Amino acid sequence: MILPALFAVFAPLCGGALTGALNQRISPHVAYLLTISFMCASFGGALLVVYETCLQGNSFYTPLFTFLQVGELNVSWSLYLDALSGLMMGIITFVSLMVHVYSIGYMKGEEGIPRFMCYLSLFTFFMLVLVTSANLLQLFVGWEGVGLASYLLIGFYYKKPSAGEASLKAFLVNRVGDAGFIIGLCLAFVFCHSLQFSDILPRASEMASFYVQVPFWGAVPFSELLALAFFVGAMGKSAQLGLHVWLPDAMEGPTPVSALIHAATMVTAGIFLMVRLGPVLEYAPWVQTFIVWLGGLTCFVAATIGCVQTDIKRVIAYSTCSQLGYMFMAVGCSAYGAAMFHLTTHAFFKALLFLSAGSTIHAFSGTQEMGEMGGVWRTIPFTYAMIWIGSLALAGLPFFAGFYSKDAILAYLWGSGVQSSGFGLTLGLVVVLLTAFYSWRLIFLVFHGPVRASSMVVAHIHESPWVMRAPLVFLAFGAVFAGKLGFEAFLGPNHMWGSALAQYQHVPHLPFVFECLPILLSLSGIGIAYALYMAWPVLASRLESTFKVLHTWCLNKWYFDVVYDILFRRTLLKLSSFCWLTLDKKLIDGCGVHGVTRFVSWLSTRSVLMQTGCIQHYALLMLLGLIVVLTVLVHLYV
Amino acid sequence: MSLPWLSLLMCIPLLGIFVLLTISSGVERVVTNTKQTTLWTTVIIFLYVLYLGLNFEISAVPQFQETYTTLLSGCYYAVGIDGVSYVFILLSAFLIMLVVLSSWESIKKDIKLYMCALLLLECCLIGVFIARDLLLFFIFFELTLIPMFFIVGIWGGERRLYAAFKFFIYTLFGSLFMLVALVYLYKQVGSFHIDAIARYNFTKQEQFWLWLGFFASFAIKVPMWPVHTWLPDTHVEAPTGGSVILAGILLKLGGYGLFRFSLPFFPDAMAFFAPFVFALSVIALVYASFIAFAQKDIKKLVAYSSVAHMGIVTMGLFAPNLQSVQGALFQMVSHGLISGGLFLLVGFIYDRMHTREISAFGGVSSQMPYYATAFMILTLGLVGLPGTMGFVGEILVVMGVFAVDPFYAMVAVSGVVWSAMYGLWLYRAVFFGPVTQEKVSQLLDLNRREYLILAPILAGVLFFGLYPQSLLRVTEPVAKQLLWVAQEKRLSQEAAAVVPDKAILYSQTEAM
Repeated sequence: MILPALFAVFAPLCGGALTGALNQRISPHVAYLLTISFMCASFGGALLVVYETCLQGNSFYTPLFTFLQVGELNVSWSLYLDALSGLMMGIITFVSLMVHVYSIGYMKGEEGIPRFMCYLSLFTFFMLVLVTSANLLQLFVGWEGVGLASYLLIGFYYKKPSAGEASLKAFLVNRVGDAGFIIGLCLAFVFCHSLQFSDILPRASEMASFYVQVPFWGAVPFSELLALAFFVGAMGKSAQLGLHVWLPDAMEGPTPVSALIHAATMVTAGIFLMVRLGPVLEYAPWVQTFIVWLGGLTCFVAATIGCVQTDIKRVIAYSTCSQLGYMFMAVGCSAYGAAMFHLTTHAFFKALLFLSAGSTIHAFSGTQEMGEMGGVWRTIPFTYAMIWIGSLALAGLPFFAGFYSKDAILAYLWGSGVQSSGFGLTLGLVVVLLTAFYSWRLIFLVFHGPVRASSMVVAHIHESPWVMRAPLVFLAFGAVFAGKLGFEAFLGPNHMWGSALAQYQHVPHLPFVFECLPILLSLSGIGIAYALYMAWPVLASRLESTFKVLHTWCLNKWYFDVVYDILFRRTLLKLSSFCWLTLDKKLIDGCGVHGVTRFVSWLSTRSVLMQTGCIQHYALLMLLGLIVVLTVLVHLYV
Repeated sequence: MSLPWLSLLMCIPLLGIFVLLTISSGVERVVTNTKQTTLWTTVIIFLYVLYLGLNFEISAVPQFQETYTTLLSGCYYAVGIDGVSYVFILLSAFLIMLVVLSSWESIKKDIKLYMCALLLLECCLIGVFIARDLLLFFIFFELTLIPMFFIVGIWGGERRLYAAFKFFIYTLFGSLFMLVALVYLYKQVGSFHIDAIARYNFTKQEQFWLWLGFFASFAIKVPMWPVHTWLPDTHVEAPTGGSVILAGILLKLGGYGLFRFSLPFFPDAMAFFAPFVFALSVIALVYASFIAFAQKDIKKLVAYSSVAHMGIVTMGLFAPNLQSVQGALFQMVSHGLISGGLFLLVGFIYDRMHTREISAFGGVSSQMPYYATAFMILTLGLVGLPGTMGFVGEILVVMGVFAVDPFYAMVAVSGVVWSAMYGLWLYRAVFFGPVTQEKVSQLLDLNRREYLILAPILAGVLFFGLYPQSLLRVTEPVAKQLLWVAQEKRLSQEAAAVVPDKAILYSQTEAM
């Protein structure tokens, strides 16, 4: 069992490292061949792991070698496989393989393809390291590794200044979250003297009865602190409100990257972490409430912004942000199975949406502005159909994947006793409408209505090559069937989790009205989109001018970027030049160090004045000195 | 083994100098001979140190000991190495070898003298790390200033004289306090031998003052805030080789001294001053990071980042647990490789562009992809990304300090944001974006010699990042031993009086 797992984890590393090492010397074709064949091997291994863990219900733990051992701190590189990591491995390798294949078509003619494929494979490797970890430190290695890969891929078009900017922003915002993660590591180590999950998780109840004095706050259970620290880490990686600002900008990267990293896998690492730490979360009710609140707010805010964006990728990015909010709400009300379920279905339909969007962008010769698209649904029917499937699944229309997973989350929010779950439910329902609205707004703007592209572009519009279409078919298959097929395994009474999840509850039973409500909301969302962008386009602009404030507010992304710019970037710039020029140069060096040297030279120039070379002066000084000495002596001894 | 292995080791560079001096100067051929001689001398030293490692047993007991009495009673020529000394000797031998190689073409003037200075420096550094006698240590510690003074003062940049004098006087100033402490210590103990001093119990009062004396010298050397201002100036003016040795090894002398002497000799003072040093360290960390962010010169940025990273070291040495002390030792080595490597890289590009202004660059990665990759790996090390050496030291120190004082540990954790801020900002400014400068478009990628220099550094940064245990296990017995000595001393002194301990910060209160 351990061999296929090792194989699955390390094959992408081999592929990536080889391609990276040969970077300049190989043609794109060799790079594709190398990375994709290793990815296939990895996918094969992962399938075996999924079979063993998810279907057979086994779990495995194998330490490989010591990472570091300092006193009580003993951390090994290891593989830990249970249903949770098995499932993640399956998703990661599948989507990654699809994206690798898709890139053949999408990246055609670009510069630096070996580098690109190398980064993609390395990303997959780090992601696998993250999910197969048996301890927090190895998880953190994977965590930072995927962050690095994301940074490199966002900045892939490094000649574009905006790409450099966006990659830096992504890394820095993630680092803020990582600081939380590191504090979590410290807390876990201080309490458990170990970073092994098997040592930390069983002691959750102990943590709950151990109170810590927090300055300016009071006594807080240790479990709350631990959960909060790791949640801050998860917020960064999973782009939750406050630390979400990097995700939309990350769309500077090539589209396959957005599909793999910024939709299907990396951004869900935060969910994975929280689910893994579920037992601690169970004893941290305050943090749970906080998660529901923040998840709900993220869900809502991102959806509102998504409704007014004009860049096709940004719409989907905000949609991702919003869906992650759903998952966090599920985590917050202890519905770990539902969170993982939505994570899985979301991986399929969101990757599908991104890749289809990529296909559209491809068709429109590279533009991402929806204002320059339109009216092409007959020309590229395949892509059109794929976007429909993705959107149907995203909006949660019956029988599509999102229907099952999203409704399960809403049901848990309804049924769980967690505080403020009502708040989450309300926002969740509103967002169902918004989701359908922005999805169909996208469809209508991109595929219907008048053709707004220039004639040069229009002449060029074409369906994508088969290497780009084949992955879409596979993903579409998942987007349609994953919900129906997975429901029992994820949430049924005979679920596959074993002991991987902190707890399992039956899906609460909803009153009939609530069963229908999401569907009605979705349909009305579609209806509104149809009314505004198809039937009466005038209405859209009139609404815009009527609710100008609201529109600008959403268009400016709730002013997060502006506020952060003033609050952090400018302050930091000012502070750093203050530290340098005023404190370091003027105060410490100027007054301190040079002050001393100046004093010494001042003293010497002054004392030089006494050396006049005039014998009378010396005689006078001697006389004066003699008088002083004698006076003192007389005073002392007489 | 009765051979004086360590004395022989110290003689090799001197022998090299002797050979160099016999080469008559003036002819073109001489330059090549000089370089070859120095290179092979340093390679031999490196291999010799590796060979010592084969016969080296990992334990806290100093090995290859030699002890001879001198004219002054209680003053010994006593040498020996344990795990920590060995690691630093290896680091010195390794870096100086690369420095010689890096100076191959960039040093044009008086190359013979330069190489002599390098070898003399190597001799002194070996002496510092093998000394088992405090006076011997002090002599070598001060002696390192002289070759470094000439390296900066003769082969440096425009303001080299200013920088050289600043460096010399600044550090000498600190050492005077240490000298005073040494005199008093000798008067009390009657011996300079480390073992003898370690056995001696100083009163608290004595520890307080002696610690301050030692600290004045080591803090300037590290350098800690606010006595760090010599470092950026010296770095900017020093030739590449000088900067590498300065950042890679000379700064470590401060940390090494604190670890080797202050920790076991003055445990009470260490505990007493811990909050003070924590405060200085986190100030250094945050403050130097901010300053680094404001820099316009690449080298100055790397120099200020050194101040920030050495803050982690000083912090780690003052939390009396194994994690943080081991972390501090690891951080010293990792900083030596990472910072040293970065200075080398800066030197390479300076040789091509003759400028270090960040604004003069942009889009370098399309011209020099391999250079960009190397720079990226070392920047990631600087940022402390897991998988590189930079991470291990940082996380160990933070974990260790967190158990003692969560507040300072949390401030130190914020360092992960700051280091990413200036490190990646620099990277973006230099490597990303379109090529706008004419000069940049003519840059050539690394040549074979430069590959040869960088490859071992990068390999080390990644290898020890992924398998830090290989290094940690060498230093562990010594760290354990010194911590144990310190703790024993404190226990014997504090047997009666119970001092409130900051370590017990987590108090269990009743559930409300």
